[in-house]
Amino acid sequence: MKAYDIELILSRQLAECLSIPVFITDTEGNLLFYNEQAEEILGKRYEETGEMPVEEWSTIFKPLDDKGNLLSPEDLPLVQTLNNCLPAHGSFWIKSLVGENHKISVTSFPIMGRGNRFLGATAIFWKIK
Amino acid sequence: MKIRILGTRGSLPSTNPETFRYGGNTACIEVSNDDQFFIIDAGTGVLKLSPELISKQNRFDILLTHLHIDHIQGLGFFKPLFDPRNEIHIWGPSSSSRTLQNRLNRYLSPPLFPVHFRSLPCQKELHEISRSSFELCGLQVETAYVSHPGPTVGYRITDGDFVFTYIPDHEPFLGNRGWNYGKKWISGMGLAYKADLIIHDSQYTLEEYPDKIGWGHSSIEQAIRYAGIAEAKKLLLFHHDPNHTDSQLDYILRSYSGFTPEGLEIEHAVEGSVYNLR
Repeated sequence: MKAYDIELILSRQLAECLSIPVFITDTEGNLLFYNEQAEEILGKRYEETGEMPVEEWSTIFKPLDDKGNLLSPEDLPLVQTLNNCLPAHGSFWIKSLVGENHKISVTSFPIMGRGNRFLGATAIFWKIK
Repeated sequence: MKIRILGTRGSLPSTNPETFRYGGNTACIEVSNDDQFFIIDAGTGVLKLSPELISKQNRFDILLTHLHIDHIQGLGFFKPLFDPRNEIHIWGPSSSSRTLQNRLNRYLSPPLFPVHFRSLPCQKELHEISRSSFELCGLQVETAYVSHPGPTVGYRITDGDFVFTYIPDHEPFLGNRGWNYGKKWISGMGLAYKADLIIHDSQYTLEEYPDKIGWGHSSIEQAIRYAGIAEAKKLLLFHHDPNHTDSQLDYILRSYSGFTPEGLEIEHAVEGSVYNLR
């Protein structure tokens, strides 16, 4: 049986203790965990969905710019972090599952474990409007 | 595979009649297979290694879980280090910033120790490990980082169908509000899963633990629950608190009888005891 690396396990445990939305992905962008606060943005409970492949969870959001144009995946901070192993930050609009538009600010950073092993990424969200 | 326990105590050696039965030496385990052996951790228990055994070989492998003092305290007194004919291999967790040698130097140098690590006459080879897998004495060794302050690994040693797991310093449920995350979300579970014998941290009682959260150790209750989740067969409670006397340890273990997971056998680790996994 293969368990997750301790850096991912502790990231999850920290995320569970925070009152800001946190998403944790593996190196491919598959969603490993999101906390209770992130459930409000995603519109789904982690206990119901469990882990989600990148193809599935990335379609839940519709990221839009200030003019209402759909953003490409490469414009999203988390995708940039996964591609470059570097922190990224950005603000954009999303349409929630219940049809509400929210402007959010996202900061993402790579989870670089001991020995500089790239293990995944964490994204933290703030609702601006 | 044969496992001999040379040191069971955590944090600090405890040499008094009240801790004699379970042992006062700090962490050290001898693992042997056929005529070869290696040791895990080099607490003061390393001095209990039999001179006859030492005289039989010139290569010594010392596997360290981490570099807290109770796990390396005996290293400077390990006689084979002072014989130039000997080849010493030290395996220890990789750090993001400092080499294993650099970290060992902190202890094996003045003012803490009179002899510099680099001045030891033996032939030294250091191996930095993380999520690693290698073979030693015909046994398969797997390692992974576990939840404990500073770089710390646990070991899973496999001999055919038999598995021995050693995680002496471990706080797997730190910050974990639930117990139902699933096995792969629990620290060290890949090492402990279905072990025939697991030696696991159990430094505190349930009453003591709340004042020690984040110190990197488990309560006895957590160790039992951990071994149960891992579906291990036998748990040796280890890293005894230096303040716990033999009679207190007896009382603690009795208080958990009837609350143990089905199929799990539990004992306190006893200095000098031997387990054959065959």
